[in-house]
This record gives sequence, structure tokens and C-alpha cells, in this order.
Amino acid sequence: MHNHVEYLLRLADTPLILGQRLSELCGHGPVLEEDIALTNIALDLIGQARLLLTHAGHLEGKGRDEDQLAFLRTEGQFRNATLVELPNGDFGQVMLRNFLSSVYQEHLYSALQSSIDPELVAIAAKSLKETRYHRRHAGDWVVRLGDGTAESHGRMQAALGMLWPYTRELFAGDAVDAAVAAEGIGIAPGSLEAGWRREVAAVLEEATLCIPEDTPFLSQGRRGRHSEHLGHLLAEMQFLQRAHPGATW
Amino acid sequence: MSGVSLSAERAWDVLAGVMDPEVPVLSVCDLGIVREVEVADDELLVVVTPTYSGCPATEVIEASIREALLAAGAARVRVETRLAPAWTTDWIGPEAQEKLRLHGIAPPGPCAPPGQAVVRFHPSCPRCRSRRTERLSEFGATACKALHRCLDCLEPFEAMKAI
Repeated sequence: MHNHVEYLLRLADTPLILGQRLSELCGHGPVLEEDIALTNIALDLIGQARLLLTHAGHLEGKGRDEDQLAFLRTEGQFRNATLVELPNGDFGQVMLRNFLSSVYQEHLYSALQSSIDPELVAIAAKSLKETRYHRRHAGDWVVRLGDGTAESHGRMQAALGMLWPYTRELFAGDAVDAAVAAEGIGIAPGSLEAGWRREVAAVLEEATLCIPEDTPFLSQGRRGRHSEHLGHLLAEMQFLQRAHPGATW
Repeated sequence: MSGVSLSAERAWDVLAGVMDPEVPVLSVCDLGIVREVEVADDELLVVVTPTYSGCPATEVIEASIREALLAAGAARVRVETRLAPAWTTDWIGPEAQEKLRLHGIAPPGPCAPPGQAVVRFHPSCPRCRSRRTERLSEFGATACKALHRCLDCLEPFEAMKAI
């Protein structure tokens, strides 16, 4: 049971934190359509996180709801992949991260269709439909900017160099992942790597971008060890509930 | 009313008049959000399947359903959310599609089956019906729509995305 809850938090926190990062861009998109797109995607991600957190809270049985889990956990209790907590950077970097992340989510939600947890299957099936649109949107931009001007190409290549090392964490399983995979609840992250790489490589090639060499660096966000950026993000996300506990409107 | 509940049939009629706050020409039944209505003792159970995970209208819709049924004489109303099978635009029937078109929103194309890539669908212009259209943006004013433009009459229009 503990592993099951822990796994659900890992699934929930990645879309939650990416949704929070994208909502920072509300009113800052380069053009109106993209501003709307980014906030729409943020809403979908936060909606997915709400369903997963609610499920985790029920299963945990300590009476914690989605709000308590999102707003009253501390930094070390978050289980998102480090990739999504990194600051946004420029628009190209935002699109590249959305692309790398949405291809991963798409493979993950597809694989979760075989889970023995029916609630998780339902949430994943619903989220999968939305994720396909996120991936298509981000993939189009990666190609357009990568295979664009010298300036946009250079920025995309630099963004790829910055983000790529953090993707390794997405496929690094631990004892929790192994336990839920053995029980048929979850997916061993390593099993998603080949499919993800194939799809990402095809789009990056079309975008004329070179995949950086792999490095031994392995970030640990899914195990609760985060970069210095998550605390600042949470300070903003959690401010209201911390300052006015239980506030509703 | 003395606790007399509505019949399921009457409840469906009432629900056909509860409109979506974002697309006010379609009722919650047209959209396929209402999956089941059951009467048990004096309680009316309405099973709904939400559209997008992040759709801000979801909570408003549930409140409107409850309000409309109570106003029509239901003693007690319970709205239950069902996630599976996930909501799909394939549940929007031909009549509702025509209502969308008349409202200026191109209806959704058919959904790609699971495992297949999303089809790049070019909706025809809801005003002049031309098939020569282009997509301006993947996301429109609400999660469920994308922005397109007609290359013949040059009007921009929204199209509901197939999901």
C-alpha cells in the first residue's frame, strides 16, 4: 500500500509542477494564441494531477485531499521529475521541455492501461487523449524553431544541451518502481526508454537538432531530492494556504 | 412537493435544458456528459463523465445539473463522476453537431483510435462550408476548441477538437 501511494504521488507531482511552471507564463506568451495554448495545457496538467492526488489521498486513508497534498507538503515530500521544476527559460526551451515531457507522458499513460488499479487506468486513459495534443503542439514548435533561423536553431540546441541530462531520471527505476511493477500496478520506468528515444530522436532529427551525449548525471526528484528551484516554485504555489490555512472561496 | 422525486424520463427532459457554460448551444446531454440517470427512493442519481481534466466548467456544470433538477421538483440529487470510459467527442451526435455549426463552431472530426496518432483534420468552414481551411492555433478560447481560418470567405472560426 505504501508503495502504491508513493507511486501515485510520483505520477501526480510531475504534471502538477509542470502545470504550475506553465501557468507562470499566463500573460507572457509570445503571441495570444500561444499564451492561450500554454495556459490550456497547464489546466489539463493540473486537472490530471488533481485526479491522481485525490486517488493517492483516498488510498493513503489519512484523510488528505488533493489540496492538502498539493499545498501542505514540503519540498522533500514532492516526487516530481526534476526536469519539470527547472525554470522556464525562453519560449523554445519551454516547448522543448513540453515535448520531451509529453512524449514520456504519452508512453507512460499508454503503458498504464494494463495496470490492475482501475482508477489509475481510467485517469491514464483520459489523460492520454489530452497528452497527445500537448505532444503534437510542442513537437510542431520544436521542428519550427529547430529548423528555423540561425538564432532559433542555436537557442534550441542550447536548450537541448541544458535539458537532456535531466531526462535520464525519467527512466531510472528504484525499489518503489520495481515493487509496483511486480504487483501489476505500475510500470518499470526503464521499459519506456526505447520507445521514448525513438520518437524523440525522429522529431529532433526533423528539427535538425543533435542529441547530446549521455552523461552520468542522474537527478533524483522522483525520490524527493530536488534542485534549488523547487522551493521557490512551492513558495509561490503554496503561499495562500500557508498564510491563510484552510482558506476557500 | 413532499419528497416526491422526478421520474428518470422527466429528469432527462430537464437535463436537455441544462446548457454548457462555454458552448451555450449544447446541453449537457448533447455533449454526452450525462451518462446515466437513476431513481432510488427519493434520490436522483446523475452519473456524469467530465470532458477535459482541466476544464474549468466541470464544477459549474455539476452545480447547474443539481440546481435544475431541484428546481424541477427533485427531492434529493446526487451527482456522481465516472471517469471510464473517458469522454470522447464521438458522443456528440449529428443533431448536436449541426447546432454547433449554426453557432459558428466547426464540429469535431472522428477520433483516432487508441494507439494511433491524432489525425490532422481540416474542418470545413461553418459559415460558407468551404473545405479550404487552415489551422491557426492548436488551442482556442477553451480547452475543447482549436482556432482555424477559412481560405475562401477568410473568416476565422473555432473548431471542436476530436478527443
